[in-house]
Amino acid sequence: MEKQTKPQGMALSMERVQATRQARMQEEPRRMTAGEKDELLRRYHPDYREDGFTVLQAGPSRGTRVPKELGNLLQANSRLLGVSLEGREPDYQADVLIIGAGGAGCAAALEAEQAGARVLIATKLRMGDANTMMAEGGIQAADKENDSPVRHYLDAFGGGHFAARPELLRRLVMEAPDAIAWLEHLGVMFDKTGDGTMVTTHGGGTSRKRMHACADYTGAEIMRTLRDEVQNRGIPVLEFTAAVELLKDEKGQAAGAVLLNLETGEYLTALAKTVILATGGAGRLHYQGFPTSNHYGATADGLVLAYRAGAPLLYPDTIQYHPTGAAYPPQIFGALVTEKVRSVGAMLVNREGQAFMHPLETRDVAAAAIIRECTDRDMGVLTPGGRAVWLDTPMIELIHGEGTIEKRIPAMLRMFLNYGVDMRKEPILVYPTLHYQNGGVEIDRDGFVKNVGNLLAAGEVVGGIHGRNRLMGNSLLDVIVFGRQAGKAAAARARTVQPGKAGLQHIRDYARELEQAGIQPGEASPLLLPHYARKSPQNCKSYL
Amino acid sequence: MSETANVFFFGKRYQVPADLTIMAAMEYAGYELVRGCGCRHGFCGACAVIYRIKGSNELKTALACSTQVQDNMYVASLPFYPSDKRAYRLEDLKADSRVMMELYPEIYSCIGCNACTRGCPQGLPVMQYIASAQRGDFEECARLSFDCVGCGICMSRCPAGISHPMVGELARRLTGRYVLPPSAHVKARVQEIEAGQFDDPMEQMMQKPVEEMQELYNTRDIEK
Repeated sequence: MEKQTKPQGMALSMERVQATRQARMQEEPRRMTAGEKDELLRRYHPDYREDGFTVLQAGPSRGTRVPKELGNLLQANSRLLGVSLEGREPDYQADVLIIGAGGAGCAAALEAEQAGARVLIATKLRMGDANTMMAEGGIQAADKENDSPVRHYLDAFGGGHFAARPELLRRLVMEAPDAIAWLEHLGVMFDKTGDGTMVTTHGGGTSRKRMHACADYTGAEIMRTLRDEVQNRGIPVLEFTAAVELLKDEKGQAAGAVLLNLETGEYLTALAKTVILATGGAGRLHYQGFPTSNHYGATADGLVLAYRAGAPLLYPDTIQYHPTGAAYPPQIFGALVTEKVRSVGAMLVNREGQAFMHPLETRDVAAAAIIRECTDRDMGVLTPGGRAVWLDTPMIELIHGEGTIEKRIPAMLRMFLNYGVDMRKEPILVYPTLHYQNGGVEIDRDGFVKNVGNLLAAGEVVGGIHGRNRLMGNSLLDVIVFGRQAGKAAAARARTVQPGKAGLQHIRDYARELEQAGIQPGEASPLLLPHYARKSPQNCKSYL
Repeated sequence: MSETANVFFFGKRYQVPADLTIMAAMEYAGYELVRGCGCRHGFCGACAVIYRIKGSNELKTALACSTQVQDNMYVASLPFYPSDKRAYRLEDLKADSRVMMELYPEIYSCIGCNACTRGCPQGLPVMQYIASAQRGDFEECARLSFDCVGCGICMSRCPAGISHPMVGELARRLTGRYVLPPSAHVKARVQEIEAGQFDDPMEQMMQKPVEEMQELYNTRDIEK
């Protein structure tokens, strides 16, 4: 692809970035104080924009604040209201039904199968079509001499604004080294030196270099390895088969799910002794009109299913906007520019060539600082899609030598080169993009969902592990640690479950509750796939 | 939005904004994608397409999410291609060349046409990594195939019926498990944790009041 012509303002600003680079490289920008960070978040982080939120009027988390778009789906009726499935023989039966085949779902499947359970996976798109596949930067684990799980705990607890559930965070950090060892054993190719030492770097908010990586294909390498192993073990996977509702027995416990074949429109029922929700996040709901780095299927389906079945949500109002989404060229607007770009040395720089913040603050702080730069401070660069700041990538090669970008962040190099931008030679433009759902379904330390028996959850659908902000590298870790845990626990529980009569009374109860609350429900939920067809050109561009 | 392009999806013409990707253009045209759409950012390989610019005798291949439309582009999507992944138990294998002979013997039928390499939207030297696999050089095969997104275009072009992404996957897993040196410090830390070495300090940390945690967090030393 030939080079696209940049608007003049961008070109002039880029010259200032080039001109100030040598001077900037001489000093490290100072980190913000706790007070400065609090003030910045309060004024600029999208989580604090009241017009982006609504308060739930029905369901187990009545009174809780959630993004408007999520609220509409949570307070909607089931797709199955009025659909008769009575008297049908089940299409599938399993000990453990896993909904979702991303990192958490596949890790759970491997452990449940290992424990002797009959496992069935149902997934909306293909196995591996998940945010795990797109995680670029790395996975944290405190396994170096100068580090400890206790330090990892403090970094994550503080980074998450002291709101993480201690028992969940404890499991995350204490089982992190074993998660790395497990992946290594499965053949994941981590970046290592000649003697087997892991090459580790910082992420935003880490106090030790504990970010393990596989170039900038870390999630892809982990995901394709898990997928390969699921296939090797012969675990059945129903692809293009979305869960549209959980089934519950007379005691109110999860007993399976109703599935929808997305290609034929046929409903299917799967009975199981235990069910694991591993449905991922919600970026494709485009909260507050943000673009997203997320997968096509990230539509909060798991939150909707769990909520309607009676499970409360924890911190559903805390969303992670990744500070560095691509802002230019327009074809990749909103795509993730991995934090690793900053880990290996690139600075965030404004229109005038000033490094306006330390590049390795936590994600919420960095996103808020970029938004401030582009609004009140008016120091953003004008682009065809809005305003943006520079990420000074040529610094990486000046610091670590020529060829570093190709070796350490090849996916980023390729993504920009596709459109004629060579990040080795010129800085790139970034702006926050909707990246991760910090909150989600509330679970106990073993992975069981609160208030719904025999239902477990793992991965991004869960809330509470990270508190109100997640550190880089802790979500790949969480899908492995809590995916494995859920698989083990679901298999163990399945051995003692006496199957009851599975039904859908809860969706009728929920419909009544909505009615009593005076809610006029809109489109039935879960959404399953975003509505992108026949958008205006402007919308099409923002929904890459 | 002034510039538009005429694009033909499965032979049917649509006029779309010229700066869209093929995927966004399909949606602009009204397609509600189920197949052929995944991560939308070049990592998952769901959206392989094959296209020809009218008047050119060259067939091109690409990922729909990562390629801009062009005028007079005739596009067909390739959302699925029948590959042949062989099942194995990694723990029973050894990193020697007999592995490939047993699991993927068809790689030795490669005729060297290089169509796989020419088709790869990631620009990988596909034929070369198959050659590495033939020689039993798994590490080289793993490194050359590392950026593979598994879109399947190489397979669709191969006269020998090779499932290249599966060969790369096997080579990477063999390399990760058997060729790269194991990480001693990871193993040591796992043992320390299992021995309970961090139980007390962790418990103490978890019991601290929030004010003390905040103080600890805000004043912790950060490795340079």
